[in-house]
Amino acid sequence: MNDKVLLAHGSGGRLSHNLIEKYLLPYLGNPMLNKLDDCAVIELNGRIAFTTDSYVINPVFFPGGDIGRLAVCGTINDLAAGGAEAKYLSLALIIEEGFPIADLERIIASVSSTAKEAGVLVITGDTKVVDHGSADGIFINTSGVGVIPEGVDISGSRAKEGDKVIITGTIGDHGIAVMSQREGIKFSVPVVSDCAPLNGLVSDILKVSTAIHCLRDPTRGGLATTLNELAVQSDAGILIEEDKIPVKDAVRGMCEILGLDPMYVANEGKLVVIAPPEDADRVVEALRGNKYGKDAVVIGEITSGHKGRVALKTRLGASRIVDMLTGDLLPRIC
Amino acid sequence: MNQGRFNQMKYIDEYRDTELGKSLIKRIARLSKKPVKLMEFCGGHTVSILKHGIRQLLPAHIEMLSGPGCPVCVTSVAEIDKAVCLARKHGAIVACFGDMLRVPGSNSSLQRAKAEGADVRVVYSTQDALEIARQNPLKPVAFIGVGFETTAPTVAASVLHAFTEGLTNYYILSLHKLCPPVMKTLLVSHEIELDGIICPGHVCAITGSKPFEFIGREHDIAAVISGFEPLDILLAVEMLIKQIENGEHTLENAYTRVVRDEGNRQAINIMNEVFETSASYWRGIGIVPESGLRLRDKYRGFDAEAAFEIEQPSLKENPGCICGEILRGVKKPYDCFLFKDVCDPEHPVGPCMVSAEGACSAYYLYGGENE
Amino acid sequence: MCLAIPALVKSINGETAEVEVGGVVRKVSRTLTPEVNPGDYVLLHTGYAISVIDEVDALKTLEMLKEIADIESGQV
Repeated sequence: MNDKVLLAHGSGGRLSHNLIEKYLLPYLGNPMLNKLDDCAVIELNGRIAFTTDSYVINPVFFPGGDIGRLAVCGTINDLAAGGAEAKYLSLALIIEEGFPIADLERIIASVSSTAKEAGVLVITGDTKVVDHGSADGIFINTSGVGVIPEGVDISGSRAKEGDKVIITGTIGDHGIAVMSQREGIKFSVPVVSDCAPLNGLVSDILKVSTAIHCLRDPTRGGLATTLNELAVQSDAGILIEEDKIPVKDAVRGMCEILGLDPMYVANEGKLVVIAPPEDADRVVEALRGNKYGKDAVVIGEITSGHKGRVALKTRLGASRIVDMLTGDLLPRIC
Repeated sequence: MNQGRFNQMKYIDEYRDTELGKSLIKRIARLSKKPVKLMEFCGGHTVSILKHGIRQLLPAHIEMLSGPGCPVCVTSVAEIDKAVCLARKHGAIVACFGDMLRVPGSNSSLQRAKAEGADVRVVYSTQDALEIARQNPLKPVAFIGVGFETTAPTVAASVLHAFTEGLTNYYILSLHKLCPPVMKTLLVSHEIELDGIICPGHVCAITGSKPFEFIGREHDIAAVISGFEPLDILLAVEMLIKQIENGEHTLENAYTRVVRDEGNRQAINIMNEVFETSASYWRGIGIVPESGLRLRDKYRGFDAEAAFEIEQPSLKENPGCICGEILRGVKKPYDCFLFKDVCDPEHPVGPCMVSAEGACSAYYLYGGENE
Repeated sequence: MCLAIPALVKSINGETAEVEVGGVVRKVSRTLTPEVNPGDYVLLHTGYAISVIDEVDALKTLEMLKEIADIESGQV
């Protein structure tokens, strides 16, 4: 087998089958996937949650993860944010001709280990290869299905006045980890992406509170953008306190140097949890008992004022608006 | 951000202390009797003031005006067009600071040119630009030099490095501007009557305090050199108010840990070795003599304008956009009809909205709850 | 303007210095501040150390701020 992915690997013929047998099935294989039927057949009872996402991240490998891990976590976390127990994933690959096979194998191994950790199965997939220059190395799409347990009703529109706003850990880790790898900005930084499957974390919370109102993962656009989305969806005001927001030292250092605000930097292993005030302490305790929630903290609350907007109480006691991200996050000198 | 559970960042966190800040605010409120107009000249001060909510915490009769100290905001449409021309027409690798990417020229921007296939790269430092030049010996690499006296020495240093190394593909498009001349122009115009000026602490780190002494001496306006953390700014306001209430008008330094009277001699020498002053066009203000920097003859080989034929575009600004008046402190962002209506960070009309430290951008993003 | 951040000089090597900001280690130029040494704090701007931070003056400023706080807490 050549050490690069060729166009023929995506054409459905012998080379395609070799690719699947040699590099995909050994890592992902399970009774459903191994059938290699045109479609997977599942039996599920209850309310089904269904989501899809595509991953085009560059660089493909970054401190703390890679596009494979990201593709699994992102979709699982979207299901988890709806309160669903993630069950099955599809995995579609679009690979640029010339992509190293060793890298592909590494990514698939990562998909496999992340899926195992999360307890989900990849049960159907697709592989295409496109001309050199038509894709940035590799693009991945994953779709996921899960089941929402009875009694769980989580939606971005359910935040109520008095609810507490909780973040499950430090913000900005993923965006800074990726930025530190990218061309043009070189730092030697011990910041690692927080990319993680959070379905276990969510089930821990749901065990102690059946009244969680909102869950959302603050990915692109960061915490600020996600809070703005929730404020609009719930037609509620959100007030957070600058002093309470957890940020790792190295992330803060990088943000200070580059002139970035950690509230706008992407996260891939965190959740915003909006819970009724009487449940907030229990929820934070449950989060801190899970390895992905050990820095969980209440950062604010839902208010009656400034509906649809997010305000921040600064260290000096003034309050100012926090808008969502506009344009791209760019380093600045001024 | 959360201080209690994570380590302090030295020389930053101490100057963000809540209790000390509240005391300063209390003191300012106690000392300040007359209504006053203070200008924070520098965009970085505007951002810090709004980000920490300082305007809201000061008594209402202290009016804070933003000045033209935002090097991106005062970059003219014509200057942006030159940068875009380098990228599009001459196929140069254009390296620029992130701030410059989205500033609108007459019909394009560096970001637009990049999307259309031009090789535009955001860099953090001229050192990155030099590295790009070393790695691409057959392509011209043009660095868009923007910034005041804080940044100009770093660009000058890069030219000296290129000179010593014998790099022949490294160029600078110098759009650098100087602070004291434009401050003089503003004060001489008497368009607004100021009582005090918060002077740019990092410009002064390079220039020293002397170039700003004219403010008190020639214009009877109180001036204080200020750092950028909230306590630095509040201390500067306190010192200005004290002066004003006592009828004094001198230049004081509230940023002694960084600013020395004589400035940074090495940086000044390097800047003067590579650059000489020239007239420069400031968006919203017009041509100000001796307020720009251009490369000296000895370093003409690194001058992008000398090496490449760049169209000299018109200096026409976008009608309806009052960035000029905002930059001179005459109007505030919410006085502009376009503000938040047509002009927002996603669709900026003028540079005050595009630049991260432009007054309009800062007011849009951080303006208090009720603005 | 002029985003500049205090950084601790860890080591020097010719015109380069290795500095640390909140756990982030970076190589910067000391062309504009050739007098810096390990242990100094510098002001970092676009990859260059542009000024040395004077510890004595920094402490004086903080002392002044604390005095103001004491005075104001005694006021009504």
